[in-house]
Amino acid sequence: MNLYTKRRIINAVNLSLSMAAMAFGLFWLGWILWTLIDHGFSSISMDVFTKITPAPGSNGGLLNAIAGSLFMTVAGIAIGTPIGIFAGIYLAEYGQRGWLAPATRFINDILLSAPSLVIGLFVYQIFVASTHHFSGWAGSFALALIVIPVVVRTTENMLKLVPNSLREAAAALGAHQWRVILFVTLRASKAGIVTGILLALSRISGETAPLLFTALNNSFWNANMNAPMANLPVVIFQFTMSPYDDWHKLAWVGALLITFGVLGLNILTRVLFRSKTNLH
Amino acid sequence: MESTKSQKAKIEVRNLDFYYGKYHALRSINLSIPEKMVTAFIGPSGCGKSTLLRTMNCMYSLYPHQRAAGEIVIDGENILDGKRDLNSLRARIGMVFQKPTPFPMSIYDNIAFGVKLHERLNRSDMDDRVEWALKKAALWDEVKDKLKQNGNSLSGGQQQRLCIARGIAVKPEVLLLDEPASALDPISTAKVEELITELKDDYTIVIVTHNMQQAARVSDYTAYLYLGELIEFGETTSIFTTPKQKATEDYITGRFG
Repeated sequence: MNLYTKRRIINAVNLSLSMAAMAFGLFWLGWILWTLIDHGFSSISMDVFTKITPAPGSNGGLLNAIAGSLFMTVAGIAIGTPIGIFAGIYLAEYGQRGWLAPATRFINDILLSAPSLVIGLFVYQIFVASTHHFSGWAGSFALALIVIPVVVRTTENMLKLVPNSLREAAAALGAHQWRVILFVTLRASKAGIVTGILLALSRISGETAPLLFTALNNSFWNANMNAPMANLPVVIFQFTMSPYDDWHKLAWVGALLITFGVLGLNILTRVLFRSKTNLH
Repeated sequence: MESTKSQKAKIEVRNLDFYYGKYHALRSINLSIPEKMVTAFIGPSGCGKSTLLRTMNCMYSLYPHQRAAGEIVIDGENILDGKRDLNSLRARIGMVFQKPTPFPMSIYDNIAFGVKLHERLNRSDMDDRVEWALKKAALWDEVKDKLKQNGNSLSGGQQQRLCIARGIAVKPEVLLLDEPASALDPISTAKVEELITELKDDYTIVIVTHNMQQAARVSDYTAYLYLGELIEFGETTSIFTTPKQKATEDYITGRFG
């Protein structure tokens, strides 16, 4: 057999294998999305967004759960992101000397792969148990603990992608290190860092276990972060496990909302950052 | 041709040794770089010419395992004694790197960035400074209508001239050029070389280059380094026509390297 025919065959075989692998992955993803739409879409109505979670058999929506999820997610991101970004900057920009950075990196990796249930229990023990009640803040802290390692990791990686020549160029002009970081390296890795925050946001949007022990749930409207707070994942969990048909329907709607909310946010950020990074 | 210029030394390197961790990269270098002239460092890859250049603005101090011993005296001050403020030192000694390194910001801000570090200028003074630097770097005509555009949108040659403009804008006394034309096409290279020749009226320039013709074209003095040692240093014309050392002759005639 001719060498080029042989190479063409090898190429074709490998290409079809990777296409098959991709199709296999997409198949399940497509199925999941389809099931969500199939079960959830028909139950979406104005009631979902205007009424609170109902008692079985009565009419209701998910307003309190949607609001609670939004509050706690925003608070979790707001607490976790700055800590994560600062730690990431430390690891990437200052962590060349000494033992502190490698130790931090190691612990962060453990935190990154820690089961979220453990984080929920941890916050339960130190926060809920000492304040003697479940609360929105406890939920937010648990979510923040999940956000931090994700943001630390992506921030560090993105900053490390910035070529050292850029840092040297800024230092060679006589810039202090903090200025180099603030005006040069952070700017150069902005898109990547935002992607990391988004990744963390997607991750916590569906977390159930850490909220179960911290925010618990609330059948009524509540905007007080010091009280137990309804949220989509726990409501979905509770409603799915129930024997009631109308609760099942709302659970499907909730799952649909989380999934497409995260999807929409990802697409939006991609579009926003594409137009800006085109110049590079 | 240098007779009209003073022969005063701007930078004196005395018994300089340099280490990357345990690796001994420069061995007791002694050299004096004349003011307002172009001095070229040549030699094969890994000979230490970039390392020598990077000690002159203490660039190595960014890295934990790099160390210099000896003296580098600029205008009578030893910059290696650890007593200087490196940032004000670097304001006096500009540097341009091998690959263009525009910052992720507009062309205007690329120039203004360095100036803002050391001076407080009002808007119109800053505008003047940016224009002055870009003109000096022969880039003004190409970018004057797009100063708000990102520096990365320029071509490689333009980016490198932007970096030179950025270095000049701070009004340094010395310009260190680390293979500034090696990533550029011949036309951009010619522009950069022309620029170097114009700039030496005002600045002391030190250039590292792989290209011996370039060293011969742009420099007044040439230093030949090999394996971390300074083999020969002198006026470019004599280094290239009547080298004293056999090793220098072998290198510049292409028998080696």
